[in-house]
Amino acid sequence: MELISPFLLGLTVFILAVFVGYYVVWKVTPALHSPLMSVTNAISSVIIVGAVLATGAAQDLCTQIFGFAAVVMASINIFGGFVVTRRMLNMFNTKK
Amino acid sequence: MSANLSALAYLVSSVFFILALQGLSSAKTSQRGLTFGIAGMLLAIGTTLLSPLVLNYGLIISGIMIGGIIGTVIAQKIQMTALPQLVAAFHSLVGLSAVCVAAAAFYEPAAFNIGHVGAIAAGSLIEMGLGVTIGAITFTGSLVAFAKLQGLVSGNPLIFKGQHPLNALLGIALVILVGLFAVSESPLLFWAMVVLSLLLGFLLILPIGGADMPVVISMLNSYSGWAAAGIGFTLGNSLLIITGAIVGASGAILSYIMCKGMNRSIFNIILGGFGGDQGAAVQKTGDQRPYKAGSAEDAAFIMKNARSVIIVPGYGMAVAQAQHALREMVDLLKRDGVQVRYAIHPVAGRMPGHMNVLLAEANVPYEDVQELDEINRDFATTDVAFVIGANDVTNPAAKTDPTSAIFGMPILDVEKAKTVLFVKRSMAPGYAGVDNDLFYRDNTLMLFGDAKKMCEEIIKAVQE
Repeated sequence: MELISPFLLGLTVFILAVFVGYYVVWKVTPALHSPLMSVTNAISSVIIVGAVLATGAAQDLCTQIFGFAAVVMASINIFGGFVVTRRMLNMFNTKK
Repeated sequence: MSANLSALAYLVSSVFFILALQGLSSAKTSQRGLTFGIAGMLLAIGTTLLSPLVLNYGLIISGIMIGGIIGTVIAQKIQMTALPQLVAAFHSLVGLSAVCVAAAAFYEPAAFNIGHVGAIAAGSLIEMGLGVTIGAITFTGSLVAFAKLQGLVSGNPLIFKGQHPLNALLGIALVILVGLFAVSESPLLFWAMVVLSLLLGFLLILPIGGADMPVVISMLNSYSGWAAAGIGFTLGNSLLIITGAIVGASGAILSYIMCKGMNRSIFNIILGGFGGDQGAAVQKTGDQRPYKAGSAEDAAFIMKNARSVIIVPGYGMAVAQAQHALREMVDLLKRDGVQVRYAIHPVAGRMPGHMNVLLAEANVPYEDVQELDEINRDFATTDVAFVIGANDVTNPAAKTDPTSAIFGMPILDVEKAKTVLFVKRSMAPGYAGVDNDLFYRDNTLMLFGDAKKMCEEIIKAVQE
């Protein structure tokens, strides 16, 4: 049997995810658009997965440096993004 | 951890990210959503660390700790008015990490299980090329946006001759480079792509003016997602593809909402050059028209005796940090039995939802803050519209004057209120460079001064 190319599998996942994103994001209340932006910023830093592989699995020093730089930057985003989102959401929830 | 088990864990983590966004559909569920997001991230990083490919933990852990501390400290200290800059800066980091990961994958594909140097599949190289291009554009574009928002460079659109042909040329050159790179796998072409994309990101955002920043930030948000998805394709990682696609879609929707809020097409904004000094200069040639200026005492008297007041905040409120003083003023009015609500225009401020966050910071109740569609028809039955730091979003020319630069933009119908109070620093026109007819109406009272000081003075006057 012919194997399906990994690109097509990836594309399938990608297109479906775009649709999921589309429907989920339209439901977000406009008042929370700023937290939406900071939280998407944090989760797009899941690119750290690639950075961790580059740092931890590489033999070459050059690759490790690229990986390490990416780990640091993505971590700034992940922690920073989640913390600032939490701060914002607390403001929206504290009052009665 | 076996490859199949990791893939399963990544799937769970993707679902958690979707739940995180879904939580934002209301303020009540948003906290739980965020917890899902954090759990998804922990799961994703933990799973990757357990991969048999990873041998060297020291460097990773120290990298996460360094980044984690920097990120946490910045996010704790940042003022809510500076939120747009912060988000722009964060976007630039996503872009640069994408470039770094792509470079790592290019120099040592074996570490990612995607082939060997000199023998990476052409498909993977195209994906890598796209990831690195979008990442680099996001990086410099966000840096420019940051510099504009932070006031490091002028918020005016910077335009030079031949800008658009140059950008188009760069875009075409990039497409050709990606193609050549896929065929040759040449390091020289890899870096040529990076340099050209960096340049393009810079040139793309430079001509866009300050008040278009809500669109720019949303657009860069979207790009950072597409960059992550591009890297996901390169590495064959579905978590990255899913997350990137969702973030990309989210940014695109926000850009669309912002464009609609200004009645402009995304192309019109990207082409840039809207507003700023040029427009203002044209308007200044018009003759002086009479207007009425009032004091804080006048404003206090009018509002105290009103039944209902609608506050229209804009970027000027953010600049003056007036949200807390404003809320105190409103509290006093409410104590006197005045009904007070806030009307938020979609493009008020410098990023989507900017005003909502500032008002929430000042403890303004969630129910008092309403969007344009919800509150617009209530202006006709309102005694006082209190416009603080907003201008173009109230300009009736958007409805009546087809020659106006802002014609067709949905506006808050402030002019229908019985009295309009305008807190403004001077008579200068707003960002679009269009004079606001509202200033000269009989029922308009201009309150000149800093937004925060004005609110404080009104508070004093109300208390007396």
